[in-house]
Amino acid sequence: MRIGLFIPCYIDAFFPEVGVATLELLERFGHDVVYPRNQTCCGQPMANAGFNADCADVEKLFMDNFRGFDYIVSPSGSCVHHVRDNFDAIEQNPEVREVRTRTLELVEFLHDVQKADAFPWARFPHRVGLHNSCGTLRRLKHASPSELRIPPFSKPLNLLSKVAGIEFVTPARPDECCGFGGTFSVFEEVVSAKMGYDKVSDHAQAGAEYIVSADSSCMMHQQGCAERIGVPVKFIHIAQILNGAGA
Amino acid sequence: MSGQRPADEAPKAQDGRRLEHAEGTSRPLRISEPQPRGAVIRGDRPVDQAEAAARFIAAPVHEKMHDERLWDLRQKRDGEMHAIPEWEELRSLASAIKEHTLSRLDEYLVQFEERARANGIHVHWARDAAEHNRTVHRILADHGARSLIKSKSMLTEECGLRPYLASVGIEVVETDLGERIQQLDNEDPSHVVVPAVHKLREDVSEVFAKTLGTEPGNTDIHYLAESQRQKTRPLILAADAGMTGGNFVVAETGTFVVCTNEGNADLSANLPPLHIASIGIEKLIPRLEHLAVFVRLLSRSALGSPITQYTSHFRGPRRGGEMHVVLVDNGRSERLGMAEFWTSLKCIRCGACMNTCPVYRRSGGLSYGATYAGPIGLIIDPTFNARKYSSLPYSSTLNGSCTNVCPVKINIHEQIYAWRRELVQRHETPFVKKAAMKAAGQLLSQPAAYRAAIATTNTALEHLPRFVLYNGLNAWGRHRELPHPPPQTFHSWYEQHRGDKT
Repeated sequence: MRIGLFIPCYIDAFFPEVGVATLELLERFGHDVVYPRNQTCCGQPMANAGFNADCADVEKLFMDNFRGFDYIVSPSGSCVHHVRDNFDAIEQNPEVREVRTRTLELVEFLHDVQKADAFPWARFPHRVGLHNSCGTLRRLKHASPSELRIPPFSKPLNLLSKVAGIEFVTPARPDECCGFGGTFSVFEEVVSAKMGYDKVSDHAQAGAEYIVSADSSCMMHQQGCAERIGVPVKFIHIAQILNGAGA
Repeated sequence: MSGQRPADEAPKAQDGRRLEHAEGTSRPLRISEPQPRGAVIRGDRPVDQAEAAARFIAAPVHEKMHDERLWDLRQKRDGEMHAIPEWEELRSLASAIKEHTLSRLDEYLVQFEERARANGIHVHWARDAAEHNRTVHRILADHGARSLIKSKSMLTEECGLRPYLASVGIEVVETDLGERIQQLDNEDPSHVVVPAVHKLREDVSEVFAKTLGTEPGNTDIHYLAESQRQKTRPLILAADAGMTGGNFVVAETGTFVVCTNEGNADLSANLPPLHIASIGIEKLIPRLEHLAVFVRLLSRSALGSPITQYTSHFRGPRRGGEMHVVLVDNGRSERLGMAEFWTSLKCIRCGACMNTCPVYRRSGGLSYGATYAGPIGLIIDPTFNARKYSSLPYSSTLNGSCTNVCPVKINIHEQIYAWRRELVQRHETPFVKKAAMKAAGQLLSQPAAYRAAIATTNTALEHLPRFVLYNGLNAWGRHRELPHPPPQTFHSWYEQHRGDKT
């Protein structure tokens, strides 16, 4: 398949290794992966703050970069959620709707489209706590949230459990928000940071060596919080583990 | 979280029974920490929830207690949910009944009025808070009533009834324990179900010592509760009139239902000869049989208990007494006409969204500076005053847990998002934010300029949060470490390793 690789701004600038792991992982499954050079952002920061009109040009640019692929895949749940559910500053013609529908988060792609059942190159002999970002958990429905009475499932755990040596720990509040929330992280910096401190402490108390997530933005925040209060937990994106990091 | 202590260490009630509720697991403090107060109110100027929340967090004993106490309710709610196989079906049913009723609200209201009158209930209509307050005052004045006992009612908070009645010389006594504490402390309720949940026993002890003359420093909860009871009962017995709210109003029978745990609503309604019930027009349900759906959901969602201790049906005045129902609009009709926000009227005020909200738990309900705090408040408060509550929809991470616990399936987090758009369109957002977002939109739509801005990781660190997170590095770095700049961006890695791909 011909896949357009959507690398959000944070990952481009601060976590390039996550972009590399995503690219290599998709290539391992034999896909033709292209990173359109003129991509910038999906518009979420403005849209989440209510400034939807200011997203129109960004959305046009996104369309120019990503039309025509079989799938657009990104290692960022919240950005994919934005494209799929809220990307509506421009006219919603069939082409726009098509691009939105075909934009998938990496775990979704591997689990639902690729139906990946083995990662023989991956080995991660560590105790990990999974952080489902709220966008992946409650919007993209990666897993069953604790509030609902539905049969339990978890796509990221399904994938990770195929990695040799990995061990999972469960924090006391597994799907409590970590407090990033995009602009919330600076608009309500004190509450945001407190939520982050509580989150990383909860994982550490459960015995996690690593927090793994499909969202680098949550982890950027959590890492900043963990370092500030001295919680010795490490962070890794799910793409890196599935691609064989630390093997 | 609040660790479960072994059963033999668990606190016991006087009868030796183990205390299961959160108060049972709270213990006297060793250090004293003044209770953090709520948001600073400056007329119609936007409430700064973040500022008040920061002060709440700066009181770590209160913050921790508050977070754990409410999380405990959320966990008990989960437990009840798992005991009901048809839970999700019940939620859908409750939502459908409410949406149906709201879509024919005029018909059901008229039906209720007719049937209630036939039952001997006096029915009054109030367009807004002022008319509600005048109506209640008129009814009291007609009966020469000088004192009123009342059970907790968010609607009367919304209408500012207590200060109004005080201004016309009528003494009001709250009979719900939490609400009474708040009244004595001259503070608003911080939660729709547990109004004093932000207070520690030490805070209550201080309030009671000042207002009821209890022993200073005595923080024994049984002593405090009993003292309050002894002080308040005589006032209840002597009151001229009683007031309640109403949880559900049944159109077909012309009756209404009040759910409480302390029995205080029954005292308020049944002791004095005059009973006034103030009820929002959205509380209607068509038929008595629908009540079963809501009664099963209400207390399970609110407190994680299967049912409230008292579910009282009021069908008409008792012999020699009078019963009045004041049906209040106060902005509800207008909300019903708002395409994106009308379903907020389905709310049954269970507070489950507050209990689950990670922001609310760490901020305290008073930080919102509004009658309704927490997630439901974020989408209701701006309908009362879009300017004053213009910052509230930003007091959320949009995590969506509120929507999932809502027993009537209000899409709360989507409405929070929609309110942000609405407030921008109504020009209720600060200029500096507006300018920053416009600049961000422009930069992000020009790949060359964007690349130049983040050409090196150092400039990225300088620019990225600044335009992505409109107000720069300070707010990020005060409480968190900054991300570590990697040697190169993904973009330049790709050029180096897959440069030929198009």
